[in-house]
Amino acid sequence: MSAALAVVAAGLHTTVQDRGRFGYQAFGVPVSGALDVESLEIANRLAGNDPDLPAVEILHLGPTLRVEADSVRVAVAAGSAEIEVQGEPPASLGGWRSALLRRGQVFRVHRLGASVCCYLAVEGGFAVEPVLGSASTYVRGGFGGFRGRALAAGDALPLAQTNAAERSELALIPPNETRGDRLIRVVLGPQRDHFTEAAVQALLSAEFLVSKDADRMGLRLEGPRLGHRGGWDIVSDGIATGAIQVPGSGQAILLLADHQTTGGYPKIATVISADLPLVGRRKPGDRIRFAAVEVAEAEKLRREARAALDATIASMAPPRPRGGLDLDSLHETNLISGVVFDQL
Amino acid sequence: MQETSVKFLPCGDTALVVEFGDRIDRGLSDRVLGLDARIRAAGLPGVIESVPTFRSLMVHYDPVRTHAQALMTAIRTLLSGELDAGRSRRLWRVPVCYDGDLAPDLADVAERTGLTTDRVVALHSATRYHVYMIGFLPGFPYMGDLAPELELPRRSDPRTRVPPGSVSIATTMTAVYPVESPGGWHLVGTTPIKLFDPALSPPALLAPGDAVEFERIDRAAFARIQADCERGTYRVQHRDLAA
Repeated sequence: MSAALAVVAAGLHTTVQDRGRFGYQAFGVPVSGALDVESLEIANRLAGNDPDLPAVEILHLGPTLRVEADSVRVAVAAGSAEIEVQGEPPASLGGWRSALLRRGQVFRVHRLGASVCCYLAVEGGFAVEPVLGSASTYVRGGFGGFRGRALAAGDALPLAQTNAAERSELALIPPNETRGDRLIRVVLGPQRDHFTEAAVQALLSAEFLVSKDADRMGLRLEGPRLGHRGGWDIVSDGIATGAIQVPGSGQAILLLADHQTTGGYPKIATVISADLPLVGRRKPGDRIRFAAVEVAEAEKLRREARAALDATIASMAPPRPRGGLDLDSLHETNLISGVVFDQL
Repeated sequence: MQETSVKFLPCGDTALVVEFGDRIDRGLSDRVLGLDARIRAAGLPGVIESVPTFRSLMVHYDPVRTHAQALMTAIRTLLSGELDAGRSRRLWRVPVCYDGDLAPDLADVAERTGLTTDRVVALHSATRYHVYMIGFLPGFPYMGDLAPELELPRRSDPRTRVPPGSVSIATTMTAVYPVESPGGWHLVGTTPIKLFDPALSPPALLAPGDAVEFERIDRAAFARIQADCERGTYRVQHRDLAA
């Protein structure tokens, strides 16, 4: 019998994503993939997976899912998101941890808090057919992930494993960069010289508001008008994720995972890769301030971010329940409902 | 020397642009494609992929495995010597029906250019186009250069829905919309063939550097080819061109 998570309620925009679809940008195929690749990797590691496996990306509002497998190990990472198992009363298992669920149990992912996105990984991953080497969903193109679209109520998202492995659960202390007030570092360019000096100064000193026009393609920012020097269109060239492009309106657009591979608007600056997970978590109404660094500094910051993520992953340990109770043995005996635990 | 005119532009810490010029130009395109071929052949450590555009090449890299300085040094070496469009190129014969509702802007284009519709079709289908780049949409080929008599700015009222297969013109370019999308180009015909299929690798029929000729077909041929495409039995005519 095939194993699946049945979608009871889909949430707002719930898609299968992995680290992205590389190698086809020359054919106009966007990279897609997780908005926050760090949290994707942590969710996968908590579930006992390689970081490359596909997981479910949840935006704004989480789904409600029913286990249609003998057992499944799930893990949630990012923000303050929690797994809540339905029951009388419902049992919150917290976030940043794995948990074992059994056939028929219904759970939801909720309380995303400060982060717009979070990731639900399952041990063994989801059984979706890769398209061009990736399980990432590219909704505009209608391919990848689960049938090329966001999940909908009634879907059965297939699991690669029918049973969870026998092992203890894993949890970690939430990394503190989930706070939304950190400066976002950028490298100026590639078209810095298409902007006035005042525009560059405004970019690096003003506060920008993430408008409600925000999706997986990009965040439209509200802030001072960034003036062009000369024209506002250029001969189309390549776009890197994190590029801040400025069309004729002078209002910046920060491009994210599903951005077009090429475009004809000048790009005043590009968010460094170490900070891309931070902007991936931003939502309408959040404020962003930018600071400039040189490329070599950005590369160093990325290596440091990689080392910090490795240290976070190395710190994973079995969750310790309050008062010496063991969550998993409780779970086995169905006593879970109503018991409150620390996250660690 | 050619190399001295090349600019390196940083795009954060995951990409850099090698810029050969600031305009759409066949000579610049050949150099972009030539460098692209050399970078693909060189297999530089940490390079993820390269994306040719009209006048520059974007090189995406993993900053954990390499860094911009090392990459620029390696690319400078690859830039030495004459750069030509090094990859093997193919010439494609793309069938197009320029009739009736399959060519919704043809009469308008004729009026704006002061030509007859037959003359517009004759000019459009008489040119061998160069695929400068693919972008905007998966599989969307920017092809040029259009006969100068056909040059028009984009439509002032872009359509919210352009049907897949629409053959279009704007400025010095012609293109085919591979999937339904919004679009501001003038639609002068429709091709029954599929230019993009994510189930195939590569997913796009055309590659940057390929050549394309449009062949006028009538409605009956359009219906026949469309049916063959749906059955998977149609093969788009093409042949290799000498590099």
